[in-house]
Amino acid sequence: MNDENTNSQGDDMSTSTPSVLSSVAQNRAAHHEANSAPMGSGLEARGVHAWFGKHHALENVSLDFNPGTVTALIGPSGCGKSTFIRTLNRMHEFIPSAAMAGEVLLDGKDIYSSGIDVTQIRLKIGMVFQKPNPFPSMTIGQNVLAGLKLAQLKHDNKEELLEQSLTRAGLWNEVKDRLGVSAGGLSGGQQQRLCIARSLAVNPKVLLMDEPCSALDPGSTLRIEDTISELSKTMTIVIVTHNMQQAARVSDYTAFFLSDGGPGQMIEVGPTSEMFSRPRDQRTENYVSGRFG
Amino acid sequence: MSSAQVTERQAPPAKREITTLPRFSDRVFRGVVSLMSMSSLVILSLIGIFLAYRGFETFRSQGIHFLTSPDWLSETDASGKVIYKFGMSAMLIGTLLISIVAVIVGVPLSVLAALFLTFYAPNSLKKFFVTIVDVMAAFPSILYGLWGFFVLSPMAEYWAKLINKYFGWFPAFHVDDPSFNSSPFIAGLVLSIMIIPIVTSVSREIFSQTPLDRIQAAYALGATRWAMIRTVALPFGASGIVGGAMLGLGRALGETVAVYSVLNIVYKINWHVLYGFGGNVASMIVSKWGEASFTEAKALLAAGLVLFIMTLLVNMGANSIVTRTIKSGR
Amino acid sequence: MTNLEASAVTPLTPWKATLNQRLFTVLLLAVAIALSYIVVAVTPMKGKLAYAFLFMLFSVGFQATHAGIKRGRTAAVDAIAGSIAVAGAVLVFTPVISLIFTTIIRGSKGLRVNTFTQTMEHAAMTDPISQGGLLHSLIGTLYLILIATVISLPLALLTALYLTEIKGRAAGFIQFLVQAMSGVPSIVAGVFIYAALLLTTSLHGSTIMGALPLAILMIPTVTRTAQEVLLLVPQDLREAGVALGATQWKTVATIVVPAARSGLITAVILGIARIAGETAPLLFTLGVSDKINWNPLNGGQSALPYYVWSGLGLGSPEAIQRAWTGILVLLMIVLVLFTAARILGREKK
Repeated sequence: MNDENTNSQGDDMSTSTPSVLSSVAQNRAAHHEANSAPMGSGLEARGVHAWFGKHHALENVSLDFNPGTVTALIGPSGCGKSTFIRTLNRMHEFIPSAAMAGEVLLDGKDIYSSGIDVTQIRLKIGMVFQKPNPFPSMTIGQNVLAGLKLAQLKHDNKEELLEQSLTRAGLWNEVKDRLGVSAGGLSGGQQQRLCIARSLAVNPKVLLMDEPCSALDPGSTLRIEDTISELSKTMTIVIVTHNMQQAARVSDYTAFFLSDGGPGQMIEVGPTSEMFSRPRDQRTENYVSGRFG
Repeated sequence: MSSAQVTERQAPPAKREITTLPRFSDRVFRGVVSLMSMSSLVILSLIGIFLAYRGFETFRSQGIHFLTSPDWLSETDASGKVIYKFGMSAMLIGTLLISIVAVIVGVPLSVLAALFLTFYAPNSLKKFFVTIVDVMAAFPSILYGLWGFFVLSPMAEYWAKLINKYFGWFPAFHVDDPSFNSSPFIAGLVLSIMIIPIVTSVSREIFSQTPLDRIQAAYALGATRWAMIRTVALPFGASGIVGGAMLGLGRALGETVAVYSVLNIVYKINWHVLYGFGGNVASMIVSKWGEASFTEAKALLAAGLVLFIMTLLVNMGANSIVTRTIKSGR
Repeated sequence: MTNLEASAVTPLTPWKATLNQRLFTVLLLAVAIALSYIVVAVTPMKGKLAYAFLFMLFSVGFQATHAGIKRGRTAAVDAIAGSIAVAGAVLVFTPVISLIFTTIIRGSKGLRVNTFTQTMEHAAMTDPISQGGLLHSLIGTLYLILIATVISLPLALLTALYLTEIKGRAAGFIQFLVQAMSGVPSIVAGVFIYAALLLTTSLHGSTIMGALPLAILMIPTVTRTAQEVLLLVPQDLREAGVALGATQWKTVATIVVPAARSGLITAVILGIARIAGETAPLLFTLGVSDKINWNPLNGGQSALPYYVWSGLGLGSPEAIQRAWTGILVLLMIVLVLFTAARILGREKK
């Protein structure tokens, strides 16, 4: 049974991946024609592997994220999707025993090449985490502008940037009268949107979201999803989610990750509507129809 | 029918008290352990009571002068009566001065070392270094005294000259004549090394509890390591570092042997750290003990009480700050 | 096929410095060293301090400039901060190395066979080091350690048990007191014993009197380490014991304490290391002896720290040599104890 799986998977990878990529490419072209507004940057993972010490956590993932699209990464826990998203802005390397292989290209340049300044990469590729993590010693306003302070960026009009970031994150109306108040008093959902606003303030081209709603109630989740669709007009978004409905609601493309006990792999990627209606791989179908995981 | 329901609702079942007595052996066990755990209270109280009891006479005869006068001497007046003058202000000021030097030099170094260990050092180096710092804490204080006298003092004397040459305009660095050896500065340097282990380990423990999600948030916003430390780790650890520094101060206030070994103890107020004389309360007790009369010995015990209260207050403050920081995990 | 492919891929850590970058750093440091030599040679600055200062200045400056050119101002600031942290660690490290090496080098000069076989009964501290030895002080120190441990261990262990097993109403308060006690200066413990037991009584300094302040100093160290170790014993074990119908006393005595045994030994060793080198309290309570005194209750005693102290106080070359040798022996005892505690502590984890 296992052998069969591995074989079929090998076949799938070799045959289906090119076709998916080409279909994505076509889609991207369509997208570009529809929206001429400035969009995010393209991000491209090529043959990415990840290790934690001896443990091979992620195997040979190649995936294109087109400018201005939302890509959802789904799969059961332990399938490597969070590890993968953390390789995309080099947060992976904070685990002391971590290692990786492959390339991640931002606008065609490898973010792992040796001359690269990693802090610049993280400025361009922002990240929102599972648990809202505002800085408790700062006020709401200071939190939003924390990125400027951290990276010592200059900005002419901080007031405007503050309002703009909070508006884009869908939080402006709720907090505009208490920007000087500590961020600790906000609800979980508000804190998460504050963290999104904080990421937006440094004007990233790509936003990575690692299960941003997993610690939130349904109402807050909906607000965040609205924010995501709004943001996707101007930037590239990658979102890890364990919630398939959420993937279906917010994403243009969906990639399915799975581990068969070994390293996590990407099984399939495609336009979200196709992934949920007629996936090519049996395992994807099992997962999206709720037969396991 | 409904009334029955109402009465039932009005009288919820009373909570049952568990009245079973523990077995006899357990009662004995709990009793003995609880009693023995009071030993720290008993010991601390006894220290306070005995020193106060023995020192009472001195407090009464010297009054406030015990704390405010710098003279520590016994004279025989014309009629052959012995007059005792016991004042510890010179020693109190000396204690303060030496401890301030120790804290100013030792705490920044310790915090830097803790930052290095938590955020910079590779794992192997970190383990080695942590062991070194722990070993430092176990070095006998007489070793610091010996080393301070023979190795550090000659070097520190030269440093003191340099400081005096370039910063002599600053009142604390002034000297009346070029006597730089055995100064409070040198004693403070020795103490600064002695307080490094405790301040480093407290700071390191607090830095290592910096919430990972906040560290990641900073890095994900494009922070360099230093920007992360400045905006996340230092604000998080600030009060803990203050607590650690106070613990170090507590150690510095009560150190005896190392200070006695390197310092030229003179019963005169000296505010100039680089100038070659000074003293502290603990080393005064040792230096006067040998030839002390019964009356003077009691005065020294009173000085011991002052030292005890001083260190106890500083330590209690420090511990409550450190415990609060570690528990709250802000 | 994919598996084959995977095994061909080697894990990389592109975020770590490459060989070239490391070489470049070494080069920068080498240039900094060379420059500091040159500057010391051509300017009136002199001495180790000048070398160290200039080297710091140059190496930090170079690294910051390099980072600044390559990655901008924030990177330069980051490089400076990083170098300062490293410098801080080095400055903490240097005195330790100096302490250990000075002690070994100066102390070993005075090591003779008679150092360990003779006492000072027929020799003075100022006599040539071929005469007399520190045997009596070594025995005195071991005696003090033994008695202080016997007194403090039960009190410390029971206090730790109160804090971890009984968790009584006063637990917070006791914890606070134990912490406060760990800050009591050693000299205060010494004068306290003097004030309480020696000042107005007919008693004189003796081994037991010397051990009392040491016990006071040892209690908090042992209590706190023992408490940490007992907290590591899984709660399941306690529940398993009680669920078998054992009393709490039996559970603690037969399950909890044995489970934490090696950790508790570590606690005692750390406590001993804390007091073995204490000098100040002994000056008030130990009395003096220049020969072996086996009677703990009567007559003065000697101890290694006291031996060092008197050597330092006399100041003649021979006496100073004896002090260094004494401190070497004392340091070795402390280091052996410390290593033993480490090894036992590691087994636990």
